[in-house]
Amino acid sequence: MPIHPPLANCSRRLFLGDATACLGASALATLLSGDLRSASPLMHLTAKAKRVIWLTQAGAPSQLELMDYKPNLLAHFDKDLPESVRGGQRLTGMTSGQKRFPVAPSRFRFQQHGQAGVWFSELLPHTAKLADDICVVRSLHTEAINHDPAMTLLQTGHQISGRPSFGAWVAYGLGSMNHELPTFVAMISRPSGPTNAQPLHERMWGAGFLPSKFQGVRLSSGKDPVLFLSNPGGINPARRRAMLDDISALNRLKFNDYQDPETIARIDQYEMAFRMQAAVPELADLSREPESTFQAYGPESKKPGTYAANCILARRLAERGVRFIQLYHRGWDQHNSLPSGISSQCYDTDQPSAALVSDLKQRGMLEDTLVIWGGEFGRTVYSQGTLTRDNYGRDHHPRCYSILLAGAGICGGHTHGETDDFSYNIVRDGVHIHDLNATAMHLLGIDHTRLTFRYQGRDYRLTDVDGQIVNSILS
Amino acid sequence: MIRLTVRGIASQCQRGRRLIIALWVTCALNGLVKAEVGFNRIVRSILSDHCYRCHGPDPNQRQADLRLDVRDEAIKINDAGRAAIVPGQPSESLVVERIESHDVDAIMPPVDSHKKLSDAHRALLKQWIAEGAKYETHWAFEPLVIVPVPQVRDASWVRNPIDRFILSKIEQQGLAPSCQTEKETLIRRAALDITGLPPTLAQIDAYLLDTSDSAYEKVVDQFLRSEHYGERMAVDWLDAARFADTNGYQVDRDREVYAWRDWVIGAFNRNLPFDQFTIEQFAGDLIPNATLDQKIATGFHRNHMMNEEGGVLPEEFLAEYLADRVETTTAVWLGQTFNCARCHDHKFDPFTQRDFYGLKAFFNAVPEPGRGHYEKPIRESNPPFLALPSPDQLARQSQLQSEVDSLTKQIAALPKVTLDQLDAWVTQLNAQELKWFNATFVQIQADKQSASVSDDRQWLSFDAHGDRNLGFTAKLSPLPASVTAVRLSFASELAESNVRLRDLQISIVARDASSELSRLKILPRVVGNSVSVEELAKAFDTDARSIAVLKLGKNSPASAVFEIAHQRSTSAATVELTANLKFSGVTEPFCMSVQWCEQSSALLVPSKINNVARKGIASLSAEEKKQLLEFRHAQSAEFQALSLRLSEATKQLDELQREIPTTLVMAEMDQPRPTYVLMRGAYDKPGAEVAAKTPEVLPPMNPTYPKNRLGLARWLVDPRNPLTARVTVNRFWQAIFGTGLVRTSEDFGAQGEPPSHPELLDWLAVELMHSGWNVKSLLRTILTSATYRQSSRVTPELLRADPDNRLLARGPRFRLQAEFVRDAALASSGLLVRKLGGPSVKPYHPAGLYEQITAGNGTNTYVVGRGDDLYRRSLYTYWKRSVPNPAMLVFDAPFRETCSLRRPRTNTPLQALNLLNDTTYVEAARFLAERMLREGGSDSDSRITHGFRLLLARRPKAEELRILRDSFERATADFERDPQAAQSLLAIGDKAADASLDRIALAAMTSVASTILNLDEAITKE
Repeated sequence: MPIHPPLANCSRRLFLGDATACLGASALATLLSGDLRSASPLMHLTAKAKRVIWLTQAGAPSQLELMDYKPNLLAHFDKDLPESVRGGQRLTGMTSGQKRFPVAPSRFRFQQHGQAGVWFSELLPHTAKLADDICVVRSLHTEAINHDPAMTLLQTGHQISGRPSFGAWVAYGLGSMNHELPTFVAMISRPSGPTNAQPLHERMWGAGFLPSKFQGVRLSSGKDPVLFLSNPGGINPARRRAMLDDISALNRLKFNDYQDPETIARIDQYEMAFRMQAAVPELADLSREPESTFQAYGPESKKPGTYAANCILARRLAERGVRFIQLYHRGWDQHNSLPSGISSQCYDTDQPSAALVSDLKQRGMLEDTLVIWGGEFGRTVYSQGTLTRDNYGRDHHPRCYSILLAGAGICGGHTHGETDDFSYNIVRDGVHIHDLNATAMHLLGIDHTRLTFRYQGRDYRLTDVDGQIVNSILS
Repeated sequence: MIRLTVRGIASQCQRGRRLIIALWVTCALNGLVKAEVGFNRIVRSILSDHCYRCHGPDPNQRQADLRLDVRDEAIKINDAGRAAIVPGQPSESLVVERIESHDVDAIMPPVDSHKKLSDAHRALLKQWIAEGAKYETHWAFEPLVIVPVPQVRDASWVRNPIDRFILSKIEQQGLAPSCQTEKETLIRRAALDITGLPPTLAQIDAYLLDTSDSAYEKVVDQFLRSEHYGERMAVDWLDAARFADTNGYQVDRDREVYAWRDWVIGAFNRNLPFDQFTIEQFAGDLIPNATLDQKIATGFHRNHMMNEEGGVLPEEFLAEYLADRVETTTAVWLGQTFNCARCHDHKFDPFTQRDFYGLKAFFNAVPEPGRGHYEKPIRESNPPFLALPSPDQLARQSQLQSEVDSLTKQIAALPKVTLDQLDAWVTQLNAQELKWFNATFVQIQADKQSASVSDDRQWLSFDAHGDRNLGFTAKLSPLPASVTAVRLSFASELAESNVRLRDLQISIVARDASSELSRLKILPRVVGNSVSVEELAKAFDTDARSIAVLKLGKNSPASAVFEIAHQRSTSAATVELTANLKFSGVTEPFCMSVQWCEQSSALLVPSKINNVARKGIASLSAEEKKQLLEFRHAQSAEFQALSLRLSEATKQLDELQREIPTTLVMAEMDQPRPTYVLMRGAYDKPGAEVAAKTPEVLPPMNPTYPKNRLGLARWLVDPRNPLTARVTVNRFWQAIFGTGLVRTSEDFGAQGEPPSHPELLDWLAVELMHSGWNVKSLLRTILTSATYRQSSRVTPELLRADPDNRLLARGPRFRLQAEFVRDAALASSGLLVRKLGGPSVKPYHPAGLYEQITAGNGTNTYVVGRGDDLYRRSLYTYWKRSVPNPAMLVFDAPFRETCSLRRPRTNTPLQALNLLNDTTYVEAARFLAERMLREGGSDSDSRITHGFRLLLARRPKAEELRILRDSFERATADFERDPQAAQSLLAIGDKAADASLDRIALAAMTSVASTILNLDEAITKE
């Protein structure tokens, strides 16, 4: 039984007798600790989801091209967006100089899919096949209109950086489910097409003011899937093991002399590091996957570092007890040449995302895995730059956009929320980022109002002071 | 397992205020002792945590018109004739009635608040009311007064007053202090605390031999005199100041402010008093006759992030920068969480939203932009800044400037073109039309098959899409011997669009009959409607951000023309043009051709000139004649030659300007911007206008101080300010003991933790002020105390009684900060380059991190430095906010996006992987091994002992030595069997291994050195 180091900031209320008030105490499990709980004793609710796979589409995919079907727009081609619809919405610096806001109908065909008749465009043929497993939320909204603040809000519940990411909160609140891998893993892929990729930040999967052991561990393709994982040249596993035995023996002597529990924790962490050295390469090695896997995940899936390859890794991480798996695929920021840009992005993501969901389902894991697909905001109905029937661009749009949910506790074949004819304003059942996070937390068995951490005198939480659970999307 | 875990949790959490209130709770619950319950010690935190949110300072959140943070309000009789608190009568008090209620609608705190009072809480509140419900000013706001030093039983242990405060608490708890630690451990502890580096063997040996009473004091003084002291102290200050080498936010470009870091190191080293340290950083520029150094100091408040994302609004982010300055100031100097007051009055502490904006107004007069422009050079994007030329640069600058001046004069003195000459030229021009011929593409290299060539090989077409690289060779024919100019033409049939060109390299080569090559010199020209020379120059320069834009009309092509400057030999048989270029941001398909002409260069004129000349000399107005005369003048060979030299000199001058280092500073606008309370903190919701003003609840600013940054700084360090000195000494205490006397060193408010030793905190604060804010003197007092010198061994009894060592009945023992983990390894191995200051450097770094997540096309890469750059102290490591150095992050370094005053200390497998496998540590182990073999005597025991001492200062014990000896022998045998592995291990790192040493022995010793480097003790201050 490892002795855990002290939690840096455990609320003093706990000492005063109110043990349940300090949920974060379960986070005493160190990062990657041996604390194998499938359900935390401090979880508030029955958890439907054991883990989350967040397929983050960075740069903001256009809802108008993918799932928010607006057939009436054709009649408005190149007509100005009525001022009454725009309603004083702030513009970005990219279009604030534009004289007109001409409506650009989507070039892509839509069709209804599944028993439930969910609308998807021709850009998502593989996703469309899973229509009955997927819940489309068409009414997500955010406050931020530029990438950095919006992505920061999506990840941490606040536009200004400094708060923990969702994954870090989950790692803190629920702890680890395995002995040899991190609790929270992040993977990033670049677009295969020529699209410009918006930058990300390490802090987007950071721990903010939570102890840094809860931050996401970046998993990359290449020699060291986790930083500093490989032994240096000349040190084979046997030599490493022998060195670790010496280190451990010497540290034990130190502990006998000083009795500092931190020394024992250090010994444990070195053992964990050794286990990771075996477990991570095994995890990252896709060579044992049958050919059928690569067929399912598509042509890019054999190339290391692609979104498709990362989707296979996501499934493997899930199988190995990693609780929060976050993928980022960049390149959705189509201010111009949107039709060709988004086609290329969908080529990268549609088949692998769908394959991941089917794969989880086949393995019986979809029922306790929450899968989320979406970006940081939506895109405008009006064109940025040149508008033709076939070519146009779209600017950032925070008032409404669409995301996809599947898996644990999610009602499949359901479309939630509705936007106006221009996909500009929400007319029914809006869902704020905080509501999405509150709902995801709920599925993980956490009351979002109670997973808090005291920092600078305030009890912070992922959902700030808001967040309503969206019950109607739950099964 | 789960049961154990839960028990573990309980014991983990029985910390914090244990010392302060453990006794109270026990007593209250058992009813054994009836001692008075203090408001500051006990009650405030209970009320603040559970009640103030709705019954506290913020009027907007207040429920039932009741506030409990002010006594008069709490005891006020309401309309029903009752009071929330009736002093002396808990049973009459509504508060008690409500907290003891069983009715879910009546109970306080309300069920939906998720806050719950424990039995202990309720008992304490009742006792406090029974005792008269006495309120006290929050301890941190009490004026600082001279504190009497307490009496202790064992006065012989005491070395200075600190020890009396510490010992009296230890004795109260029935414990005893620990004995003084071993000399080697003590000198290593002091060296790490003062310099951030382990002591050298010479220092250790001298100390061991010195048996005088003041031996240890001499050591402390020696370390305080070391210039590494400034580096060590700067590390914590850089966190507080949110210092980084990049702007942060989305674009996160490099900024230049390292001169400020050098200033900080220097300020600590020359022991600049903390009050002056404060004043210069806030307002060095406003000090009368400010020195350059004092202006550099003001970089402190320019260290916040700066947004260059295209779509953001300047006012939106200006509000962020200013809020950051307020929050940083109040956190670092006042220990207050002002960020809460940005949107509304503080819910727990007596600060109003007006206080926040009153402070903001002090900073709202800096001539800075709210949004940077990522297309501009970084300096222009983020003013104000200071240029810091070296004497050599100054000299070169003035030399180049006089060259520019002289050439400008010479050009002005050139003979003018006569009217006769003009007449002749106009006649020549009107006699001929310029004819262009298409060249033939002979070779094309375009990425992604984006270019296709026409059947006659005279046109290249491109589809539309983003960025493109293109290289081609075109043959000029059929009469290449007389080529005078070439033209790149671009045309689009579809729509207007822009062709953006960069990285253009173009060369023209003539080949005579015998295949001899001669490269022809070319000059950009404006001919007809071709793009201007200035615009075209943007495609030629090496700056990837500057791009030439060619505007294409629907049926009006755009072009770039180059004159062949020197006539080629008439024997040339072929002439070939080779070009490499990049297109970017292409949105429409277009095509391109290369053309050439063979007429006199006198005909190469812009349309504007041509149109005038076409009128014929007779019909020209005086104005038009002047225009043509000037044009011809500028075309003369002499003019061209001088112009070329002038542009060369100007270019060199520009380049020099770019080389001269700069640093971000504060400056003051003549007219400050008006400051408004922002409703809910939103930049676009201004409320009432406010003037610069310090917070209401704190002692007012001396009326003779100016109402600007200078006045604010002087107010912060005014002796009447109760917070600055307390907060400051607490942070120094934290740096040394690992935890402040106030654990929440960033929060001295109601929600923060009260001090474990309030009298000691005040004594230290008064000492600091009385010493003239002498930081070295404060540290010397702390480090020479008996408290500091204790052994850090933990006994089961101490672990039970005081797991977090808040009583300090033992010495501090905790893991080193990220920077010092690396510095210690470099120093012990002898790799450390002990150079002070200068620009940031780029040591070893895993490949590919930047490419994955930064902007653009994956070309933003971390280029590992060379030579000394790899071995500088870690505070000089380049700090990119979006991707901070991963080894630093793994050891809990913050992102440096905002002020950070307390780092967590985690213990993770990623740290183990870093220390075991990072090139930094493998190379350091090899260098340590080399020292062990070279300097450590002739047998393996003495060699191992040498390495052990270099790193840990002490000698290994017999059992430790045995393990390491076995380890060495095992590794030797192992590498003898596998010499290739030894070679591989020795090849790691930039510096070559000492060739005079035996390979096998060195590899085996490297493995031993790495073992020692990875010990808990090696990264721990013990």
